[in-house]
Amino acid sequence: MILGSIQPAVLIAALMVAATPILLAAIGELVVEKAGVLNLGVEGMMILGAVAGFIVAVQTGNPTLGFIGAAVAGGVLALLFALLTQVLMANQVASGLALTLFGLGLSALLGQSYVGISPPRTPKLDLGPLSDIPFLGRAFFSHDALVYVAIAIVIGVLWFLKYSRAGLILRAVGENHDAAHGLGYHVKRVRALAIMFGGACAGLGGAYLSLIRVPQWTEGMTAGAGWIALALVVFASWRPFRALAGAYLFGGIVVLQLNLQAAGVKIPVEYLSMSPYLITIIVLVFISSGKARGSLNAPGSLNRPFHASG
Amino acid sequence: MIQLEKRLAPSKRAQYLNPFLAVALTMVAGGLMFAVLGKDPLAAIRLIFFDPIFSEQFGSYSRPQLLIKSAPLILIAVGLAIGFRAGIWNIGAEGQYIIGALCGAGVALAFYPMEGWFIFPLMVVAGALGGFLWAMIPAILKTRFNTNEILVSLLLVYVAEKLLAGMALGLLRNPDVAGFPGSRDLRRYESAHNADLIANTGMHWGVVAAMIAVILAYVMMTRHSLGYQVRLAGQAPRAARFAGVSPTRLVVVCFGIAGVLAGLAGMFEVSGPSGQVRIDFASGYGFTAIIVAFLGRLNPIGIVLAGLLLGLTYIGGELSQMMLQLPGAAIQVFQGMLLFFLLALDFQTNYRLKLTKGARA
Repeated sequence: MILGSIQPAVLIAALMVAATPILLAAIGELVVEKAGVLNLGVEGMMILGAVAGFIVAVQTGNPTLGFIGAAVAGGVLALLFALLTQVLMANQVASGLALTLFGLGLSALLGQSYVGISPPRTPKLDLGPLSDIPFLGRAFFSHDALVYVAIAIVIGVLWFLKYSRAGLILRAVGENHDAAHGLGYHVKRVRALAIMFGGACAGLGGAYLSLIRVPQWTEGMTAGAGWIALALVVFASWRPFRALAGAYLFGGIVVLQLNLQAAGVKIPVEYLSMSPYLITIIVLVFISSGKARGSLNAPGSLNRPFHASG
Repeated sequence: MIQLEKRLAPSKRAQYLNPFLAVALTMVAGGLMFAVLGKDPLAAIRLIFFDPIFSEQFGSYSRPQLLIKSAPLILIAVGLAIGFRAGIWNIGAEGQYIIGALCGAGVALAFYPMEGWFIFPLMVVAGALGGFLWAMIPAILKTRFNTNEILVSLLLVYVAEKLLAGMALGLLRNPDVAGFPGSRDLRRYESAHNADLIANTGMHWGVVAAMIAVILAYVMMTRHSLGYQVRLAGQAPRAARFAGVSPTRLVVVCFGIAGVLAGLAGMFEVSGPSGQVRIDFASGYGFTAIIVAFLGRLNPIGIVLAGLLLGLTYIGGELSQMMLQLPGAAIQVFQGMLLFFLLALDFQTNYRLKLTKGARA
């Protein structure tokens, strides 16, 4: 039996690692969409974060600085998107695509002399006795800090959107920008800040791929992770905890698929590695149809431009 | 104080002028980028935009390349533009292009080594059908289950790429050569070869198909009621629904047209310039075509010009890689910047800057 060789504790540990990059990107995009903006440039911001984080980490020998650099790079690229869509009123879909195409090119350009190098190791977080608990320790408490940072961001976003005043304003801007404007809130400013937060998160997610998950830099290494993160936001019906659950579910599928490859199942690798994309599509279909109708929960002003007249 | 004011009607002048301005700005910004990379900016710009056509040295090689690179871009962009006009976002043309190529090549390889006049037409049909069916996946999921067509069409690109790899290593692999992934070379199989119609011009059947597609799309958009429906749905979706335009039908039609054209582009590429089903067959035409469509103002005639320009940057990119050791990715950055500048400039199509006296609340 093939599945018999897979240890549950190792599987859980691996799925948490596999889920973290898309979780980071998705929670950022969730906030952006809650503010009423659709940024399709997640893939571009992620890959720029991946290369920027890699370069900074290699140059300084410090992975923490790498992650900071990645967040900054993602945020700066997102600022470009904010400039286009909020100030210059460009179409959000087209601008997002431009961001992705530009990010893929720029990252390849920046990273060309970094191919084949190993980044400095990111240490595992020392949780003392927790890591020694049988099963639980191996599965949940022997990770690098970013795995927990991602979870903390999810909880933070949940609190922010639900209980904070600023979060309420952000949601108002996303649900009905005319009403929010009428109440005197700065729609564009709120949106620009949300967009930058999304960029920083996507950058972190990208750097997690290049510094921890893989860990190496290769051209186009995000391989659609940014798009899967976008799908995850729809899957989560714009709810932070569902994004967490969805990301871990997805991580589980990826890990299972990799294990099947390693176990030498009689399906060629190329076909097995289609599964993350196919499963994402199938899940999207289920979410957007039927009784659940997750799409009904979409922010009211999503992908609608705002321009205050007069 | 400066304020943005919405124009009552989009400025026609800005609409036509902006692509040229965007190209000029991209040249300036690109020059700066080359300077940062330690290359002579003027030499690089010249190599990318002028030498492929005018140089004595490379002209004989690169002039035919212009048609070879531009034809798939134009073919795909014409189809995409129709959808973009209607607000239907098919961004998975790259996948439809790959599947078209696989289907076309599959038919050819099934008949190998038989010769016959009917093989090439059959490949054309298979390529178009392959692209069409691949495009129908997001279209039907959209109309039947209300699934986001942007995400599905894009995710299917990755599936198509994996399928391409699987085919190149498995089913369509050349059985006569051990060790090398990739199919038989269709250029050595006369009945399946999409050869130059006039030798050494780059003028193959794909170029002819692109020209026909441009003319048909132009007629459709300006003379046929379908074109009117597309434009109406894009500008005023509610009005379109009252006028009896079926959104479902429009999604299927727009995806269908784009899928057929992208599939054809892939088929003409695999049977001619590329010749083989290889892992690295997909070269990003499906994504660059999105830039072509926007730069061409979603207008078939404009797309021809934009396609030629972007085709030029592909060749110029190759030249500058050879001559200046510029990294290949530089040209991708270049293309991305072009779209950025265009989108940024377009604000003056719909808005104008207005000076107002003093600060107002």
